[in-house]
Amino acid sequence: MADINTGGGEQKKGKPKKIQLRVDFTPMVDMNMLLITFFMFCTTLSKPQMMDLVMPIKEDNLDKSQKTKTDERNTITLLLGEKDAVYYYFGFPDYNDYTSLIKTDYSPDGLRAMLADRNGRIVRKIAELRLKKAKKEITDDDFNKQTTEIRDVKDGLVVIIKPTEGSTYKNLVDVLDEMQICSIGKYAIVEPEQGDFTLIENLMLQRNIPPPTK
Amino acid sequence: MSKVKVKKHDTFIDMTAMSDVTVLLLTFFMLTATFLPKEPVRVIAPSSVMEIKIPDANVLTILVRNDGQCYLNFDRPNDRRNVLKLVGESHNLTFTPKQVLSFVNQPIIGVPFSQLPNFLDLGLQDQDDVLKVSGIPIDSANNQLRSWIQYATTVNPDLRLAIKADQDIPYIKIKRVIETLQDLRQNRFSLITVLRGMPEGF
Repeated sequence: MADINTGGGEQKKGKPKKIQLRVDFTPMVDMNMLLITFFMFCTTLSKPQMMDLVMPIKEDNLDKSQKTKTDERNTITLLLGEKDAVYYYFGFPDYNDYTSLIKTDYSPDGLRAMLADRNGRIVRKIAELRLKKAKKEITDDDFNKQTTEIRDVKDGLVVIIKPTEGSTYKNLVDVLDEMQICSIGKYAIVEPEQGDFTLIENLMLQRNIPPPTK
Repeated sequence: MSKVKVKKHDTFIDMTAMSDVTVLLLTFFMLTATFLPKEPVRVIAPSSVMEIKIPDANVLTILVRNDGQCYLNFDRPNDRRNVLKLVGESHNLTFTPKQVLSFVNQPIIGVPFSQLPNFLDLGLQDQDDVLKVSGIPIDSANNQLRSWIQYATTVNPDLRLAIKADQDIPYIKIKRVIETLQDLRQNRFSLITVLRGMPEGF
């Protein structure tokens, strides 16, 4: 569809012919637009991320001596309940006081505020490091090395995550995400026990009943 | 009265600049975008602040459908061929060269062992339709996902396992997959997520 304009009509004799050459790019643009649309529909710009997870070895494969013991003063147990509720208690469960179990949610003011508060020292250190990285004062490698060092302190917070059957996959990922945000070095996903269900029930009915013994 | 002369306007618009822009855009898309993987179900992965990108090769993706059925997705045609050989040996199935080729070309694994030969005889389009309703059984009595992962990790020990599931799927469905992995002593695996920004102040 190239338009070749030959100046039109009759020309006076002796004058050189004025040739105007103009190529119409409209079809080319059409085709490019089609291609762009195709690419936008069939491709993705953002590659998915992956969240690495290390599960504990199954308990049946372990001796009693191999089981990890955590310091109860630094331990928080999270119970992921139904309808996006999350319950937590510190240290050992206390069946004589139903208020020891506290109900919260996945909002920034709920779980995150609590964890960031308990883990304040480490959160502040990591935040400082991030700021330094943003200002290009330290390299990425240094940043990674230092964050691992800070997270691996001996008396750091230990979080035990117990997802119950009423929780969703999103709840689990959200909690694991909070571990990242609040820089918690040690956490594990563990099966909930009978006692944990009793605790939730006690809280709902506001009573103090110990779990049934096996 | 003089005749009003209508000036003849040229309506020709120069599209060269427009063409330049579109070609630039096109180049940008071609260089940055990656093709969407073909998957039998569409899932919305949960979001997280993790910034580690999924590697290009050596990943075995376990796609969990909302009712708990699973699909496997893994690359490397050579590995696929070896995995099929292992399946044939341990389940007394023989595959014709045409079926093997079909298995290598189909990126998704998602039918029980017993249906595999018939499934591989179908055309690619029909296979996709079958995949939408079938899946790898993962019941405790007949955990074929376990067998598939076992074969895949035997063929390629460097394989990284990743679980991809919809965010609204009940945890119990994921638990079954995680338990299968734990049984196989694959305690290190990944969950596929999409990126969200780090909140302020952390």
